[in-house]
Amino acid sequence: MNASTVIFYVLATFVLAFGAMTVFTRKIFRAAIYLLFSLISVAGLYLLWGMDFIAALQIIIYVGGIVVLIIFSIFLTQRSGEKLPPPIKKRFIVSGILTISGLGLTSWIVYNYLFSASNLPAIEPTVHNIGKQMLSYSQYGYVFPFEVINILLLAALVGSIVIAMKKKETKSTNENSHITK
Amino acid sequence: MNSYDLSSLLIVALPLLSFVLIILLSKRMKPIVAGLIGTLTLATTAVLALYVAAGYFFGFGMVNGTYVHHIAMQFQWLKFSDNLSIDLGIVLDPISVALLIVITVISTMVHLYSLNYMNGEEYFARYYAYLSLFTFSMIGLVMAVNIFQMYIFWELVGVSSFLLIGFYFTKPSAIAAAKKAFIVTRFADLGFLIGILMLSHGAKTLDFFVMIQRLTQAGSPYLTHFTATSFLGLSTLSWALLLVFAGGAGKSAMFPLHIWLPDAMEGPTPVSALIHAATMVVAGVYLIARLFPIFAISAPEALLIIAYIGAFTALFAAVIACTQTDIKRVLAYSTISQIAYMMFALGVAGWGQGQTEGFTASIFHLFTHAFFKALLFLGAGAIIHAINSNEMKDMGGLRKALPITHITFLVACLSISGIPPFSGFFSKEAILSAAFHSNLSVYYVGLFTSGLTAFYMFRLYFRIFWYKPVQDRHNHEKHTWAMNSALLVLVLGAAFAGLIPFGSFVSATGGTLALPFHPAFSILPVSFGLIGILLAYLFFAKKSDRADRTVTYFGGFYRAAYHKFYIDEIYLFFTKKVIFNLIGRPAAWFDRTVVNGIFINGTAVVTEASSEFIKPMQSGKIQEYAMFFLGGALLLVALLFIQFM
Amino acid sequence: MEQVPLSHILILSSALFFLGIYGFFSRRNIITMLMSIELILNSVNINFIAFNKYLFPHQLEGVFFTMFIITVAAAEVSLSIAIIINLYRRFNTIDIEDTTTMKY
Repeated sequence: MNASTVIFYVLATFVLAFGAMTVFTRKIFRAAIYLLFSLISVAGLYLLWGMDFIAALQIIIYVGGIVVLIIFSIFLTQRSGEKLPPPIKKRFIVSGILTISGLGLTSWIVYNYLFSASNLPAIEPTVHNIGKQMLSYSQYGYVFPFEVINILLLAALVGSIVIAMKKKETKSTNENSHITK
Repeated sequence: MNSYDLSSLLIVALPLLSFVLIILLSKRMKPIVAGLIGTLTLATTAVLALYVAAGYFFGFGMVNGTYVHHIAMQFQWLKFSDNLSIDLGIVLDPISVALLIVITVISTMVHLYSLNYMNGEEYFARYYAYLSLFTFSMIGLVMAVNIFQMYIFWELVGVSSFLLIGFYFTKPSAIAAAKKAFIVTRFADLGFLIGILMLSHGAKTLDFFVMIQRLTQAGSPYLTHFTATSFLGLSTLSWALLLVFAGGAGKSAMFPLHIWLPDAMEGPTPVSALIHAATMVVAGVYLIARLFPIFAISAPEALLIIAYIGAFTALFAAVIACTQTDIKRVLAYSTISQIAYMMFALGVAGWGQGQTEGFTASIFHLFTHAFFKALLFLGAGAIIHAINSNEMKDMGGLRKALPITHITFLVACLSISGIPPFSGFFSKEAILSAAFHSNLSVYYVGLFTSGLTAFYMFRLYFRIFWYKPVQDRHNHEKHTWAMNSALLVLVLGAAFAGLIPFGSFVSATGGTLALPFHPAFSILPVSFGLIGILLAYLFFAKKSDRADRTVTYFGGFYRAAYHKFYIDEIYLFFTKKVIFNLIGRPAAWFDRTVVNGIFINGTAVVTEASSEFIKPMQSGKIQEYAMFFLGGALLLVALLFIQFM
Repeated sequence: MEQVPLSHILILSSALFFLGIYGFFSRRNIITMLMSIELILNSVNINFIAFNKYLFPHQLEGVFFTMFIITVAAAEVSLSIAIIINLYRRFNTIDIEDTTTMKY
């Protein structure tokens, strides 16, 4: 029992607790905040394991970008102070059964599997190594997925603008035709 | 193929061609064109038939002193196994050629006659199409090589006659009559089919000539096997032949299957002339004649039964004919009676030397009867056309109004009564002499019936043409050239056909037979005929009460005869009370409730219910879809794990 | 040094995963469904990092995959928000029970 295990269990509890509160709470703004805390705890887990780059990535993108985006959308679409309606009884029961049985199945599988670790020399997940590995052309290089994801981001950018854009052409033509008469 | 074979093929094909042409083109041409197509085609067919007959009887038919059957063409149609196949073919044989002449000539005359009689009918073209179809079916039946081919054409004849009897389909009585004819003959054909199956099972073939050879040769294994088993005293072969006779009895209106023929008078009169006088009703006689060797050699007891049924029917129908008042009904019962003559003539014939006279007599009577009965019907049609009524009470003194009809009707009546020198005398003589030489009781019945025949025919004649005049005297016949021509052609046949030495052409064994002609023998039948004519003259030529006094004298018997001995009522009772209630109603209930309700409606209801049950799965709610997804995935994982654990 | 057993970490991530799934099934608001999806994606990230650290320390694939998942999640959330805004304009509600027009 040393400090890292204790910290792990504490962080794990935070993750699960805040995740549960996200899922069960009736107030939407609080759900967003609980999500935020849950994600920060996950970042903490990463830090515990020495993946500092990923932890930073998590905080910047997930917490700083996605949760903020979610909060913005909450503001845009409804009043955040009201209580959300509860789920339908039947849905509640069925999904509860499904999730508990799924959880049980997965845990049982995990318990009964013998994981075997490898003995090769470890490689430090520093930014230098990550960068070198990702942008290399060799057999284990990830430059191609890197480029593809860039394009995906571009597509997402353009797509979200197009989808969320208000259609202004019909209004303006109506106004113009009104003037020319 | 030589010219005779080609002509035979044309004889079969031309009426069919006419039928198809008229059916396809009838809407685009004037009705008279359809009539002309039909008439001209049939006239060509008649000429070809006479050509083939001349060639056969005077040419290639005779081989070594006997007439052999000549197969003009034959091809295999349906092959069931190596031994059993249904062939279609055309055979030329003394009886088939004789009947060909009858069918084609009478049909041509009927076509010609109908040009005037059916003029102005709405469905004129269709009428001619049906006539052509009927003629085609009858020719096919007569020229059949194979008993199953005959059955096919037999049914076709039944269908055509249904169409023709029910031609005035807006009249409920006509529809009922057509239905009755079809159902009664179809019911009889059930016996025919079973008989065919039994015969072909026994002889292991369907071909007529092979079957005859196998079932008549002494010591043939087929024959011994067939006659080995017996049921109620008759061998299996006899039962098969009697079942075949049942089919023939239906078509030929033997008692008790005669009920359809009087009702079939609802059809147009030329149709009655063609179908119910000359052609369809003789199909039964033809069938027995075709299978005659088997009957005569291997199952003579069946022939005896046929003779008795024929004799009884002849008497029965003649008695009823004396009481009827509708012209066509009288002629219908007369037809039943005369066909019964032909039947019992076959029944009293045998195979040995000097015993085959009945066969020739039967076919001879068929030949002459066709002419004079068609003449009678067509004459009756002319009368009906002029008077617009069928009942005898509306007629009288028509001698001057319809002169040609009068003369031809008189000739036909004399012929049917057996007065020399007309054709009926010769053929009836032959029948009675055949009966005299083999079965005396049948002979006495035939004798008495011939007297009755003369009586009721002349009752009709005197009542129509001589009784006190009720109609105007101007000549109705000026506008009906076609009808008159047909009558005149037929009267030649009715008058002179008896002079043909029939025995030298048609006989049971194929050789020539000299029909004995004994003037001393003929005295008795002719005198019976003359007595009948005299009685009819006394009762009906002038107005008198002798007829009514006789009616009251006979009382109940007369009433029964007038109501056709209540046979129709018995049938109706049986079908309505017994069959409808015991079989028809439960079957209909079963069909409605079980088959329709459970299987058909039930299937629909079950399908609908299950689809309603499944429908909510497509609810449009994503979360439910996702739940199904996850549930399925978990199930798969669990199954895989269980399998691999 | 004594480490947390791998199975515990995996159970943690499974629990987080199924929490996310439960939230996805039972929440009536689209935005909360989105938040549940984020939980699911995070649980997968934890899985990848754990496997990388415990079973394959000589490779960096887990790190890469996590990075890619985070990136794609970001893109996906932005698109989802755009769609939600569009949906809100059409139906004037973001209750998912009211948007069931694609049914039988």
